Amino acid sequence: MLAKRIIPCLDVKDGKVIKGKNFVNLEYAGDPVELARRYNDDNADELVFLDITASYENRKIMIEIVKEVAKQLFIPFTVGGGINSIEDIRELLNAGADKVSINTAAVKNPVLIKEASEKFGSQCIVVAIDVKKENSGWKVYIKGGKETASLDALEWAKKVEKLGAGEILLTSIDRDGTKKGYDLKLTKLISESVSIPVIASGGAGDLTSLSDVFNKGKADAALAASIFHYNKYSVSEVKNYLKTNNVEVRR
Amino acid sequence: MIAIIDYGAGNLRSVKNALDCLQVDSRITNKATDILKADRLILPGDGSFGFMMDSLRKNKLEAPIKKSIQNGKPFLGICLGLQALFEESEENSNVKGFCIFKGKVVRFRKGKVPQIGWNNIISKKKGIFRDGYVYFVNSYYVVPEDRSIVATTTDYYGNFVSSIKQDNITAMQFHPEKSGDFGIELLRRWLKC
Repeated sequence: MLAKRIIPCLDVKDGKVIKGKNFVNLEYAGDPVELARRYNDDNADELVFLDITASYENRKIMIEIVKEVAKQLFIPFTVGGGINSIEDIRELLNAGADKVSINTAAVKNPVLIKEASEKFGSQCIVVAIDVKKENSGWKVYIKGGKETASLDALEWAKKVEKLGAGEILLTSIDRDGTKKGYDLKLTKLISESVSIPVIASGGAGDLTSLSDVFNKGKADAALAASIFHYNKYSVSEVKNYLKTNNVEVRR
Repeated sequence: MIAIIDYGAGNLRSVKNALDCLQVDSRITNKATDILKADRLILPGDGSFGFMMDSLRKNKLEAPIKKSIQNGKPFLGICLGLQALFEESEENSNVKGFCIFKGKVVRFRKGKVPQIGWNNIISKKKGIFRDGYVYFVNSYYVVPEDRSIVATTTDYYGNFVSSIKQDNITAMQFHPEKSGDFGIELLRRWLKC
């Protein structure tokens, strides 16, 4: 059977890994290539790098990091943050990224998802959806959680699938960095409504939160940052726990 | 020298990086002369079956690839590079494959499609393959008529053929270049066979 994936996420700012809470309060957590290697050695299934500043200058730093990671690690990795065009995508894929994650640009210009998946294949196009719970339901936010997209999360998820996205990276802004557990209702709703894999993100905390996101949230993969960066758990510890809780993992 | 065949799509860099890590000389190329000259061939693949076959033909690479295979040159197909060896695919039914093996390429009927992630291969042939987890990204898989070429199978809502091996031809539906240390070991053993 296909294993459920554990994906450490590295938020990169000015070439360094940092971690925040609810998308703000950023702290320094380490060197990206070094952390990537550590996770690889610890049995991470994939890696995600999010360039959270993504200005033109930082893009060049990111490209160098991507090249270095691709030379040293032989597991899939995704790069996201500030991707606006087919050219941006091409540049990252050529540098050695296996997938790119598109967020704000996908909302502003949905055709980009279609063009990119036709050009490079759906398998390398991940659409990131950042979601906040509001009275009227789950709403999509863009620009790193700063701006509402006035879109319903479920409708948007179905639409990105139709446009050719290969995976959805679904983040609960409310849970991001809180370690209170993933938003299981949101994850289950989206995962069961689309036929592409859903990577749950935001809220990874104790070990139960990880078995819950698979067993109850029906996620295909779980993304986590703080619990790994600050050595709360190793990836192997998480996987051993999941195995004993009836979640198929690669060890 | 190993020729990594470039038909204008796919992440060829990761295959090259893996071979660099194994310290073997390789070149990403779309030239027939390189293909004929090379000691070994790798045909990686991303994108669609139709796009790959059309580009290979447009770049006049079909004949040199087939000739090399017929002459006994070791060939490794990865992902679409496996599917290319068969007659046709449900993905683009009007496009012919290399027709080296009889059989079709069909789409998964169950589960989430594409299959993305780590799944187990169960080895049916000694030599290169062992049982273990490898990284897959595929919506389609091969159904060979001749079951004796099956090298590994994998369970995704039922068993499918995840690699084949016959004489100098080895081909994998998964990505050994993205399957961690286990994948690098598979490549190392292919280089020795």
